[in-house]
Amino acid sequence: MSLNTLFGEKKEAAVKISLESIGEYPEAPISLGTTLSNFTGDWRTFIPVVDDNKCVKCYICWKFCPEPAIYIREDGYVGIDYDYCKGCGICANECPTDAITMEKEEK
Amino acid sequence: MGIPENVKKRLSIPADEYFYAGHTACQGCGASLGLRYVLKAYGKKTIFTIPACCSTIIAGAWPYNTLEANLFHTAFETTGAVMGGIEAALKAMGYKVKGEDGVMVVGWAGDGGTADIGLQALSGFLERGHDAVYIMYDNEAYMNTGIQRSGSTPYGAWTTNTPGGKKHFLEKRHKKKVIDIVIAHEVPYAATASIAFPEDFIRKLKKARKIPGPSFIQLFSPCPTGWRSPTDKSIEIARLAVQTAYFPLFEYENGKYKINMPSTKKEPKPIEEFLKYQGRFKYMMKEDIEILQQWVNHEWEKLKKLAEVFG
Amino acid sequence: MTEYKPIRKVVSGNYAAAYAAKHARVQVVAAYPITPQTSIIEKIAEFIANGEVENLQYVPVESEHSAMAACIGASATGARAFTATSAQGLALMHEMLHWAAGARLPIVMVDVNRAMAPPWSVWDDQTDSLAQRDTGWMQFYAENNQEVYDGVIMAFKVAETVNVPAMIVESAFILSHTYDVVEMIPQELVDEFLPPRKPLYTLTDFDNPISVGALATPNDYYEFRYKLAKAHEEAVKVIKDVGNEFGEMFGRDYSEMIEKEHIDDADFVFMGMGSLMGTVKEAVELLRKEGYKIGYAKVRWFRPFPKEELREIASKVNGIAVLDRNFSFGQEGILFNEAKGVLYSAKSKPVMKNYIVGLGGRDFTVDDVRKIAEDMKKVIEKGEPDVEVDWYHLKR
Repeated sequence: MSLNTLFGEKKEAAVKISLESIGEYPEAPISLGTTLSNFTGDWRTFIPVVDDNKCVKCYICWKFCPEPAIYIREDGYVGIDYDYCKGCGICANECPTDAITMEKEEK
Repeated sequence: MGIPENVKKRLSIPADEYFYAGHTACQGCGASLGLRYVLKAYGKKTIFTIPACCSTIIAGAWPYNTLEANLFHTAFETTGAVMGGIEAALKAMGYKVKGEDGVMVVGWAGDGGTADIGLQALSGFLERGHDAVYIMYDNEAYMNTGIQRSGSTPYGAWTTNTPGGKKHFLEKRHKKKVIDIVIAHEVPYAATASIAFPEDFIRKLKKARKIPGPSFIQLFSPCPTGWRSPTDKSIEIARLAVQTAYFPLFEYENGKYKINMPSTKKEPKPIEEFLKYQGRFKYMMKEDIEILQQWVNHEWEKLKKLAEVFG
Repeated sequence: MTEYKPIRKVVSGNYAAAYAAKHARVQVVAAYPITPQTSIIEKIAEFIANGEVENLQYVPVESEHSAMAACIGASATGARAFTATSAQGLALMHEMLHWAAGARLPIVMVDVNRAMAPPWSVWDDQTDSLAQRDTGWMQFYAENNQEVYDGVIMAFKVAETVNVPAMIVESAFILSHTYDVVEMIPQELVDEFLPPRKPLYTLTDFDNPISVGALATPNDYYEFRYKLAKAHEEAVKVIKDVGNEFGEMFGRDYSEMIEKEHIDDADFVFMGMGSLMGTVKEAVELLRKEGYKIGYAKVRWFRPFPKEELREIASKVNGIAVLDRNFSFGQEGILFNEAKGVLYSAKSKPVMKNYIVGLGGRDFTVDDVRKIAEDMKKVIEKGEPDVEVDWYHLKR
């Protein structure tokens, strides 16, 4: 698990919830946690790769990420949280400088 | 982590994230992006209600919640009614609702849940004047049940119950103009928006917050799975829907129409531009495309006239 | 406790319901007009118009389906919600009745029993409410206007204790539009009996947000059904406690889920629900003077079903005449069917006969009770009924 994420400590704290006995269940069907424990990165076939040399820090990729799985680093460049990125390719398609390319992921 | 402070001020939409990753929307889903924007605009002092639709799943199967906001899952046709109940309860319990610092009550429903089965509850919600915002995310078919046509499906589209075939059995009705039905209620605020223009969408959400009474926003929201389109083209397709005037962006505020396309000066692009990436339109004959183009032209002219006369 | 001095008012069953909702300090009422329910919500609207209630939001929805949906939204948010309906309206709500119970929302609703169409009918018939049997709602059948009033107030207390919605059922016209003296409770004493709601959850904790009712896989759904089933079991005890407390405070005891009389020396009893049991009670007293060894068992709570109380009654009598102002097609009267099911495992099984009476509001009179008593006598002598289900009122 990588802490490179928009969600920081929340991601770190996220755990899968599986209840084993009736006593553990809440009385009503209310939620007990967030989806951050569900790493959707394994859905991916193509992986976005960012070339910092071409990145102009416009953050269009960040803006259009439906997960969201794109974060902004301390140096202002963007990073991708591969734990969540499903590889849809919107970031690469929308990048005005072609700084993001989709590459076939070897698993 | 999050976003560096010096970067935050350069962003064109709010930096804060209240929409958790790890959700199970399909790759390139427009609806998930839409929800992310709504949460950015309204923050966590928001109560959502979501009826049966893709977002039932996107918002997290039990025991998880994708939203950092309270959410009541409800039945398909009840969004408007549940919103009314939530708003009434908040008022009875002494909460401030809507406005700059009030609690936001948001209905988030698909096109089937709005244009078809939920239309009655929507109408009731609108005419009773509840202080809440109804957002219809329009992916132009029943996607969660496996791509069946809805009242909001456009002419010529393939769906699983308008499957094409030898008899050329595609959708033969034009898209139902839900926004016009909403405006017929003389609501204080109604608008169209698109996931390709998040700044415009968020501006509209914020305006809806300030205006008392019911607001309605119809959000154009591509669905790669149902539209048989490449997952990376969702934003591009949504942008082309606006640029071809297939889905023009406009606002209706206190009886006045205002078109807010990126540019009203330019002639809209031909409809083929909108159709080109989408497998759902590949069965259309030349005549079908012409029929759709004429409808787009007619509706666009109508809208321009409305903006001219009631601008 | 402040000394209880009842306020006596001559009101219809519907007004009794409206006053009870007011005294229960309901916060949201979402309702839609339907005969014969309408005067309940009219009266509540009048309370608001006259400034007699504070902080009550009235939502004039566009259908009963939306009425229940709005109550659900309100109750989930944390408010005390109330509505009322009848027949077609209740049937339209059906989907949302499941929703209210599944989301564990203690909404209270009055259903004015009315026959289902077609043919159109606006008169008394219990099939509308009994068709909602499996939605997870509790059901209380009122015999008279006083029970409508008391029932609504008690129902809120029971519902909010076990987090299960409750339906108070009254007869079309026979109660809904018939005026009678009702002893009402002064507001401060209702407040003492029924404090503000303490919700299981709300939608207003913005720092710890929750979702309610998300998709549960086969791995989890089952457990939530069990929770609701257990809540109904728990309700049996809560109903008795609340009924007892009500009796101690206001002199009308509701600790029995089945109100019964003359069970110990009765050869057979009449069993039924709602206003027709008022007729039965009067007839039983008359017939006993003529030498009939009979009693009655008025089922107040149909859900949860008072299984133990029924088995206890069955152990003491030779026969039960079950009066059903309702019918389950392809089967029999619904109360009869339920009672037989409960008594299958009982040690002593009385002879039972089902009388289908008064469907669609046909009058059920003292004379009818007499005729049924005569018939039941023969059934007991013979040790079995001639027919199990008797369409008693049929024109032959």
